[in-house]
Amino acid sequence: MNSTYTAEASKVRETVTSFLQSSISIANLNDDDHLFESGIVNSLFAVQLMTFLEKNFAIEIGMDDLDIENFKSVNATTAFVMRKKDSQGAGATN
Amino acid sequence: MSLKTVGVLGAGNIGVGVVTDLVLHGVQAVVVDTRDDILERARAEVLKNIRFAPLLSKTLPQATKDEALQRMTLSTDLKNVVSCDFIIENVTEDWGIKKPLYERLGELAPPEICFGANTSCISITQIGSASGRPANVIGVHFMNPVHLKPAVEVIRGFHTSDHAVSTLLQLLSQLKKEAIIVEDMPGFVSNRISHLFMNEAAFVLQDNVSTAEKIDTIFKKCFGHMMGPLETADLIGLDTVMHSLDVLYESYKDPKYRCCPLLRKLVHAGHLGRKAGKGFYTYPTG
Repeated sequence: MNSTYTAEASKVRETVTSFLQSSISIANLNDDDHLFESGIVNSLFAVQLMTFLEKNFAIEIGMDDLDIENFKSVNATTAFVMRKKDSQGAGATN
Repeated sequence: MSLKTVGVLGAGNIGVGVVTDLVLHGVQAVVVDTRDDILERARAEVLKNIRFAPLLSKTLPQATKDEALQRMTLSTDLKNVVSCDFIIENVTEDWGIKKPLYERLGELAPPEICFGANTSCISITQIGSASGRPANVIGVHFMNPVHLKPAVEVIRGFHTSDHAVSTLLQLLSQLKKEAIIVEDMPGFVSNRISHLFMNEAAFVLQDNVSTAEKIDTIFKKCFGHMMGPLETADLIGLDTVMHSLDVLYESYKDPKYRCCPLLRKLVHAGHLGRKAGKGFYTYPTG
């Protein structure tokens, strides 16, 4: 992974964390905390998170993406956003 | 015999949930509210619910955007529901609004059509008396989020007929929901108990015993509740909770139902909960 990718992923992680912290008033949120299983957020929040990700990162979440595994933690969400950006970017250049 | 079209009166929080569930299960919904902007917002919310439903449940049927749009008709004209197989009312929890609505609906709809009153606390018998067809009025208390709940509280009014019960049970079976049938007293089972719980949580907050987050966390982590009482109130809508408490207080004249002043203050300040972006908690917009 090159440094541009790493920098971009860090920015995504930061933005997602900031959104979560402002939405749920949680003091210490670790990147691998299971957001849904641990009850940090409830399943209704998943819809708000999807909407935020689409608007903020200009990605489109498709039916095949609707798996809670993609959004279970800050790290999982970051990885998902980066994959979508990559695949949308690759699609645009084809 | 399956029900093909259902009229939905009121396109607020719960009305949107009812429409989502109907559309997901292949039932045509004719949605009526007083303003076009409310209907447009409802349509957008239903489409969002349908789009993300597979994330929240692997057992719910799915619908495409086109299918969903085809299954919804939106209108400000009450006459558009009179040809429906069943009509569900979800307007504001206020007898001053429900009474004239039921009177008008009773005049317009064919006499054999049943009305499902999706009320939080108002007596089904009282609603039946305004409708001109008390035997065909039944309480159907959906909970939020409607499409994700496996059960519904069903309330028999004093005159509610077996025909009304069986028609509603047919609809609920199409929605794959269990009907839990109870008798008619203000608040029924669910809200008579839950509103005391939410109201007392508001009093605990008002008395500065703890923060909203800690109050809710105690019930989630110590009692295994999915949501705490203040989060639940925000989800329902603080105005709805307040109105329901007022109905309970008026019905029973029991001070245990007096609405917490903090709750009433938040409502007057426009902090109605999730739907307004602010209640006991603040919610992200968009």
